[in-house]
Amino acid sequence: MSEGAARARRRHLLPPGTGLGIAMLAPAVLYILALVGLPLALAFAYSLSDVKVGSEHAHFVGLDNFRSVLQSPTFRRAIGNSFIFTISTQVIVLVCGNALALALRDRFRGRGIVRFFILLPWVAPISLGAIGWKWILDSIYSVVNWVLARMHLVNLYDPPMYLGEPALAMTSVILVHAWRMIPFSTVILLAGLTSIPRDIPEAAAMDGAGFWRTHFEITLPMMRPIINVAVLFGVVFTFTDMVVVYILTRGGPYDTTQVLPSLAFLTGVLGSDLSEGAAISVFLVPILVVVAALMLRVAHRAEVT
Amino acid sequence: MTTPSGPRRSIGTRLGRWVIVAGFSVLLAFPFYWMAIASFKRGSDLYNLQNNPFIFNQPPTLEHLRLLFEETLFLRWCWNTALAGSAVVIITLVLALPAAWALARLTGAWGQQLGIGIFLTYLIPPTLLFIPMSRVVAVLGLQDSLWSVVVTYPTFTVPFSVWLLMGFFKAIPRDLEEAALVDGLTRLGAFVKLVVPISLSGILTVVIFSFTLVTQEFVYALTFISTAESQTVGVGVPIFLVRGDVYYWGSLMAACLITSLPIAVLYDVFLDRFIAGFTVGSVK
Repeated sequence: MSEGAARARRRHLLPPGTGLGIAMLAPAVLYILALVGLPLALAFAYSLSDVKVGSEHAHFVGLDNFRSVLQSPTFRRAIGNSFIFTISTQVIVLVCGNALALALRDRFRGRGIVRFFILLPWVAPISLGAIGWKWILDSIYSVVNWVLARMHLVNLYDPPMYLGEPALAMTSVILVHAWRMIPFSTVILLAGLTSIPRDIPEAAAMDGAGFWRTHFEITLPMMRPIINVAVLFGVVFTFTDMVVVYILTRGGPYDTTQVLPSLAFLTGVLGSDLSEGAAISVFLVPILVVVAALMLRVAHRAEVT
Repeated sequence: MTTPSGPRRSIGTRLGRWVIVAGFSVLLAFPFYWMAIASFKRGSDLYNLQNNPFIFNQPPTLEHLRLLFEETLFLRWCWNTALAGSAVVIITLVLALPAAWALARLTGAWGQQLGIGIFLTYLIPPTLLFIPMSRVVAVLGLQDSLWSVVVTYPTFTVPFSVWLLMGFFKAIPRDLEEAALVDGLTRLGAFVKLVVPISLSGILTVVIFSFTLVTQEFVYALTFISTAESQTVGVGVPIFLVRGDVYYWGSLMAACLITSLPIAVLYDVFLDRFIAGFTVGSVK
């Protein structure tokens, strides 16, 4: 069937903008407008007002909240931490996810059970996984310290506090979040890897290209679109997440692991300063807009080719 | 996936693969193994720096499990989660099924654009919305109630499910539906009697996805619900099982493991289909 005929037939079968179509779409669209659109608009409105918990009347205060948070050292620290947290996590996740995806590409005995183990951090509720890490990194009974003490690397009676010293705490938070994200990235990259026709890398191997050369010059470039997808979702799920930080350190010690979402929560929910909390949250928006734009480009390119 | 063919893998490649797979399996699954050990260890064994933490230095005990099931709200939280999960699944299906089909079939060229638009709302995180959302929840009179999460969780299950189902519906040959129309069914009739039954696997994926997401969400439940009795298991265990500064590690680890494993098994079975939702368009 020619392109034109197909289109004509489609139009005949499914006229655009029918009442039925609108009726079927309306509930979902209205729900999203009411519970995503409205709160999103409110978030911006709050950030420009002086609303507090229990206050009946709020006033427009312009950019006062933004001015005030930008002057706060805690906030500046949180912004820096958010970027360190996101970038470090994503670098670790990409390297490990790539290695794992390559290793899991071929079928082998026990692949199913290995896959289950590898997926655990992603599929189990992260708040519970993080509590598991809190016990592993405990200030007194940490198994890490026990092992290191056996190797005479730490003193068991004066051990490093993994969640209590600034640099160690940040490292721990990053590693635990990477632990959580590696499975997600691995399965996405694996989906990309299995879609590459096998004969292309194999032909390169026949022609004498070694493993690394084949990987970097043929396989990786072919995986570009899927790597973009993994990174874009990874950035959103990391930059906007507060669970790992909240459970492991509550942003401490001395706000050294505070990130934007956890600071917004402490300020707006626990501290009841709605307007300033909303202003902090609004700083997530630029990153989300950039990611959404890039995602549209990926989707568009996929449609064109 | 094909069986390994073509050039034989060298010993080095196979060894490298084995090291990577084994190393990551241990690293990624270790916390769950550690939860299992702690769940059955006596307190005097658990809290002794001299003991080798990897083995049972004293006979295992069921005391932590007894404490968890008899003296905490753990079962209540599990029940709450199951209840909220089921309600969210129903709301998600009611909203997403017709919307996805309308986008895939009825609305023509702008269906795809609107579909992408709806999917993008999935990217708007709870940490951006929680402050105004708590206001919305208060206006609805749902503060401190399990229903607050039932009403708000579909904000991320619906967009993703619409997207996922759209993919499923598009894969159904149009000829099938056309034939049904010729046979005298209405469009709605064709959807209910034909499309829904042959999309059951897609619908099941949405059910599992929505349910597991309810168990995994943390931020909204933490923000809206402050009474321990009304909590879900994902917040109840890490927040309310800790009394003051006292951590009951044995019971805490048991709770984490008991909750995580069934969810993990469920999710694992359907994983490939979820991933298809994320990678639509970029994998051929």
